[in-house]
Amino acid sequence: MRILVPVKRVVDYNVNVRVKADGSGVELTNVKMSMNPFDEVSVEAALRLKEAGKASEIVVVSIGPAKAEDTLRTALAMGADRAILVETDDTIEPLAVAKILKSVAEAEKPDLVLTGKQAIDDDSNQTGQMLSALLGWPQGTFASDIEIADGSAVVVREVDGGSRTIRIALPAVVTTDLRLNEPRYPSLPNIMKAKKKPLERRTPGDFGVTTEPRLIVMKTEEPSGRKAGVIVASAQELVQRLSAETGTI
Amino acid sequence: MAILLVVDHDNTSLSEQTAKALTAASLIGDEAGTEIHLLVAGEGVTAIAERAARLAGASKVLVADDPRYTDGLAEPLAALVVSLADGYDTIVAAATSSGKDVMPRVAALLDVSQISEITEVLDRVTFKRPVYAGNAVQTVRSTDAKRAITVRTSAFAVASEGPQVPIVPATTGQHQYPASSLVSEQLAKSERPDLTSAKVVVAGGRALGSAEKFNATIIPLADRLGAAVGASRAAVDAGYAPNDWQVGQTGKIVAPDLYIACGISGAIQHLAGMKDSKVIVAINQDSEAPIFQVADYGLVGDLFELLPELETALASRSATKS
Repeated sequence: MRILVPVKRVVDYNVNVRVKADGSGVELTNVKMSMNPFDEVSVEAALRLKEAGKASEIVVVSIGPAKAEDTLRTALAMGADRAILVETDDTIEPLAVAKILKSVAEAEKPDLVLTGKQAIDDDSNQTGQMLSALLGWPQGTFASDIEIADGSAVVVREVDGGSRTIRIALPAVVTTDLRLNEPRYPSLPNIMKAKKKPLERRTPGDFGVTTEPRLIVMKTEEPSGRKAGVIVASAQELVQRLSAETGTI
Repeated sequence: MAILLVVDHDNTSLSEQTAKALTAASLIGDEAGTEIHLLVAGEGVTAIAERAARLAGASKVLVADDPRYTDGLAEPLAALVVSLADGYDTIVAAATSSGKDVMPRVAALLDVSQISEITEVLDRVTFKRPVYAGNAVQTVRSTDAKRAITVRTSAFAVASEGPQVPIVPATTGQHQYPASSLVSEQLAKSERPDLTSAKVVVAGGRALGSAEKFNATIIPLADRLGAAVGASRAAVDAGYAPNDWQVGQTGKIVAPDLYIACGISGAIQHLAGMKDSKVIVAINQDSEAPIFQVADYGLVGDLFELLPELETALASRSATKS
């Protein structure tokens, strides 16, 4: 079984993101970039399936600037077998990503696509579902557990109010939630080895996909802020003030 | 052109999230004569359709009563929405786990971008939405012929009751999806208010230390206040609370009148889920915790002393009141 894992290079989750003063976007110069945490979980899930003998090859793919090679090398250092970089400096919306991934999936013929449920930059939560729809493969979103057996995947999905377990026939698209696993850190020898693992370079044009945005970002602004309030001395005072000043209790 | 709102329900009752998404839909259709149609898909959903038909702003309710939609699977539901899409230029759903599962499929099949989790409607094609865990807000304008939109419901009020509108059957088509099936559901039954619609939320973090202590301190306080219970990701990961209690960027987004954060340090990802609450109270041992920077009222000290004291203070207050 082959697993295709799309990964995205994003602003590191520990970075306190600043909006540019002119409203043109967020500050990205000299900001630490990392693999989207949800995608790290996907890479880890794929590795565990391979270690359990369920998968034979893990192919990672990223769509983004030349620097996204770093993200792919991280995935290779974690243990993925080879990488595909679809290089572009354009802002790519989830729909265009899904179209490129569809072409990649048609060429690579994976049995399973595993990707993060959302990227922590645009918080869209769309790509996996879009890819599933375009391929006509079933989807299992927001997975907190995946079992592979008899040509299908049993996926436990985190949903409002609890969880739902679904069975989907392979090939399928599964999007991962953070509780699925805790991703490993690549070891130094593996980081060295990853530099020699195969990485194929493509462009969106190779797949006949135009990346022109459908959404025009007019403005990016700071959210309306909150200020620190008062420190109260006791639980008693808290109750009195909440009651008198806010009417919430 | 008309707007289609996909109704979220559990085959028993209509989700309040839908009534909030309807408010957003009404703002999008804010010109005379824009009809808003509510689509109820499921099996045995007559009562839900009747409830939907009494929401102010609805023009008509379409019912797809069919076993294919019973299990709430994304593939058949998205196919149904796409088959109905011709008459609509805007298709809306609440950003619930179901809306997020289904709507991107609808968008892809219609070859349009989805606009995720809008928090403000500027005009029919222009919206605000949070990015980077709410640390930035984008204004985006759609250039697509149709728009597929999910609504962050914490930003919109519940649509009020209105006159009963007509309920008509929807044409459902022939699509079949044998490749997906529901195996089981593990849904928590709770007497407490729903986290996303509660007026008061009491949330606990990793500082609670164990599931037992979480239950012994957070739950009585929540019950005293008639509040829903929330948790930080750290508390959920540590097994103190179930996953559907998680508040934050990747969990539930809430905006209650009162949010009481107990032993929660206030990571960006948690703040993303609750910073639009009207009043925030933080109770934490660490006076430097970032949660205090967004809290209206802070209480610094040992949780295991302060939380019982708080409950006692609330109890004596309600005793005096009655």
